[in-house]
Amino acid sequence: MVIIKARKLTKYFGQICAVDNVDFDIEKGVCFGFLGPNGAGKTTIMRMFYCIVAPTAGHIEIMGMDIKRHASKIKSKIGVMPQDNNLDLELSAFKNLIVYGRYFEIPYKISKRLAYDLLDYVGLTEKAHENIRNLSGGMQRALLLARAIINSPEILILDEPTTGLDPHSRHNVWHKLKDLKEKDTTLILTTHYMEEAEKLCDKVAIMDRGKIIIIDTPKHLMETYGGNLEDVYLKLTGKKLKGEENNNNNEY
Amino acid sequence: MNIKRAFRVWQRHFTVYTKLYRTSIVLNFVEPVLYLVAFGIGLGAFVKDIEGVPYIKYIAPGIIASSSMFAATYECTYGTYVRMTFQKTFDAILATPINIEDLVTGELLWGSTKSVFYGTIIIVAISFFKMVDSMYVIFLIPVLFISGLIFAEISMICTAIVPGIDSFNYFYTLFMTPMFLFSGIFFPLKTLPPIISKIAFWTPLYHLTNICRACVTGKSNVIIVDILWLLAAATILAPISYVLLKKRVIK
Repeated sequence: MVIIKARKLTKYFGQICAVDNVDFDIEKGVCFGFLGPNGAGKTTIMRMFYCIVAPTAGHIEIMGMDIKRHASKIKSKIGVMPQDNNLDLELSAFKNLIVYGRYFEIPYKISKRLAYDLLDYVGLTEKAHENIRNLSGGMQRALLLARAIINSPEILILDEPTTGLDPHSRHNVWHKLKDLKEKDTTLILTTHYMEEAEKLCDKVAIMDRGKIIIIDTPKHLMETYGGNLEDVYLKLTGKKLKGEENNNNNEY
Repeated sequence: MNIKRAFRVWQRHFTVYTKLYRTSIVLNFVEPVLYLVAFGIGLGAFVKDIEGVPYIKYIAPGIIASSSMFAATYECTYGTYVRMTFQKTFDAILATPINIEDLVTGELLWGSTKSVFYGTIIIVAISFFKMVDSMYVIFLIPVLFISGLIFAEISMICTAIVPGIDSFNYFYTLFMTPMFLFSGIFFPLKTLPPIISKIAFWTPLYHLTNICRACVTGKSNVIIVDILWLLAAATILAPISYVLLKKRVIK
């Protein structure tokens, strides 16, 4: 069953084309990865899923609903782990989850229990009432993940979930994501780590300059192009990589 | 727009505020009191009675107005801007069922809540020093909410269009400070050339000061015009703040 369907999706920021007439379907229960250099348009597509970026043209249907007309309803079934840390820095880890639960109209009694369960799930029980500022980068990412699943989302959007994490924390996040996938959550992620995509993704879309070059399973891609996923990625986007290296801050 | 969802945004700000109020309440309280002491007592010693009352008593109602005004404007300029850009709180909230219209409503309601709160603190403080002559002062609470909404709306419009946080200096220097000085808080405007009164008529603080003075003294000057002016301004400015902020946030 297709859970996200995008057709002729296009986004311009002024004169710059961030997403260029792309089509894709994402099946329910899979882990779908968007791969590509900085500025390829991955984050823009992710932000369109939760309606912070409005498409210039084309349309997206999520769970059979048009994002323009049913934004709130769609967002109630989505979890988002953003690229940037946007936790409430003034509040404790526990309070962050409670405040977030309120946005989903989760009653306090339930969200209190959920918050402790989730803190336990991501290994932050001891830090529950600590100020966010005293949490390490890895712990803050873990809290962002806990916050993203407080509404038991059907679709979990992860924008570079492990960027900047040490190997231990990264493996922890991977472990949680595999666990969520087993519970039939659809995962959509962007990443720069091919190892991550190879480990987690059932299907990947390789993007460059706003276009999707190819959508396929990592296994089939590796068979077709040879080598591991990193080799495939470099083959498909390689020529353009050099030009992008100086352009690291232009993530749309 | 959904008022329940807007309330969740208001509630988030309230939760954060309860963590920080110890520092902010003192700062917000000290400034108006400094004005009262410096102008009321210091300068007041050299000023004759105005409209039959000692100078400190003359300016006290205006300090209610200015204190509540600055509470909403600081909140919806610097506060909103920081949430929108540096802390990315808006991104976090908009990834949930809350839509941009709910978010803007929540911001505006929070701004006017702070207006009511900081205006009320001054009412309590000046009552303590016997500078309130009438029970009509109680009617100021809904008025402070409406005027708070106006100041929040103006600030949100400003927040939606500034290129960076430093640009708020222009807003405060060119708009807020002149309004603060020439709204009839510190002296009756009729002593100045009529053009000043005419300009002041188009600022919300002038009308709020009139209403505050009437309710604190109990001398019912004709304030119905001032109330209608505030209601009209709050209604007209609202859609502008929604449209501009949406344009800024939703790319």
